[in-house]
Amino acid sequence: MESERIRQDDGSPVPFKPETVTAAFKTIPDLLARDEALIARGRSLDVDCQLGPSTQPFHLAIRAGRIVDMIPAPVLMRSWRFSYRATPAAFAAYWQKMPPAGWHDLLALTKRGQATLEGDLHPFMTHLQYFKDLLALPRRNGFGGPS
Amino acid sequence: MSGFIEPIVGRYLHVEIEGEINRIYFEENGSGIPLVCLHTAGSDARQWRHLMVDDEFTRHFRVIAFDMPWHGKSNPPDSQYGSEYRLTTASYTATIRAFCNALKLDRPVVMGCSIGGRIVLNLAIEHAREFRALIGLEAADFQQPWYDTAWLNRPDVHGGEVCAALVSGLIAPNGPEVAREETLWGYKQGGPGIFKGDLYFYRVDGDLRGRTGNIDVNACPLYLLTGEYDFSCTPEDTLRTAAGIPGAKATVMERLGHFPMSENPEQFRRYIAPVLQDILDKQTL
Repeated sequence: MESERIRQDDGSPVPFKPETVTAAFKTIPDLLARDEALIARGRSLDVDCQLGPSTQPFHLAIRAGRIVDMIPAPVLMRSWRFSYRATPAAFAAYWQKMPPAGWHDLLALTKRGQATLEGDLHPFMTHLQYFKDLLALPRRNGFGGPS
Repeated sequence: MSGFIEPIVGRYLHVEIEGEINRIYFEENGSGIPLVCLHTAGSDARQWRHLMVDDEFTRHFRVIAFDMPWHGKSNPPDSQYGSEYRLTTASYTATIRAFCNALKLDRPVVMGCSIGGRIVLNLAIEHAREFRALIGLEAADFQQPWYDTAWLNRPDVHGGEVCAALVSGLIAPNGPEVAREETLWGYKQGGPGIFKGDLYFYRVDGDLRGRTGNIDVNACPLYLLTGEYDFSCTPEDTLRTAAGIPGAKATVMERLGHFPMSENPEQFRRYIAPVLQDILDKQTL
């Protein structure tokens, strides 16, 4: 039903289905594996972090810029150094071919209260462009329409 | 074309600023009304290179852009090596006025972007009669911080990488890729702590709320233009500021962000051309 799959009553700037946001997020490890340039930029990055939609975040293990493990949270007693979680509406907007203004950057989303950044931010800040590009991979894969 | 030489000329000007001679690098092209361009925090005057070679503008304007002390090819003042750089409203205002006076510019137009846009408001408040017109890009009396500037200068974080990565989100999506990379390159080349020092003015010292209502646009016309994708100085910040200044002209620029002149010169041209024409028209009345 259209009313079930399109949410626009929560401040979301684009129509989206929550399950497609989670499904798109799950494609990130495969998309990264095909992006040698992005892996190379993360070559000195080893971190365990929590990323993803606020409704279904994931634990990621990143080694030398590659995602070697990604499983849905919660995992009993699993720790992470930092967490970046955004609303499904935020990811749906961020992944548009032309994201709406104010929804086009990870820190624009934190500024507008659509994302939360927590924990030890050092690995995030030393690899800020890496994480911006990593979390944008579904856009390049056509989430918001063909590129 | 290999061998093509651009018409931009770069020189060094000795300028006394707050009691000390500074060796200021500037570039210029064109003739006519002096148009002095101010770069953003943590970058340098190369941001203006596209405007500076636009024949339509340089026919009527002497377009001048200088590197602020500590930026680009303008070194720190001799006495300041080793000290912490902090830009203030007073030092920024003094630098611009000293530069214009040293070049003996006759009531120039000043156009500044970001911190340059903020200081343009202060020029309008305090020194309007010295200028023919003032243009603030990505300008507001104040805007909400969105990150901790301590990340910009610490030994365990690469300054160039983090500065560029932070501001990358201020560029509108889907603009020319090379222009985007060139804009970020300026941030990767800044000296240690310089972007942070500029933001001292932006975040701490340069809050102009409550002062812009005194601006008299009859003494000096004021134009404010902000990119729709600028989430640092948002269109709402600019429109709020303009609403408190009777006669100020505010424009929201589509498909542009915080660096309109360098991130997408062609798109910026659509918005700045009418402003420069308006200034020209006022000279012939």
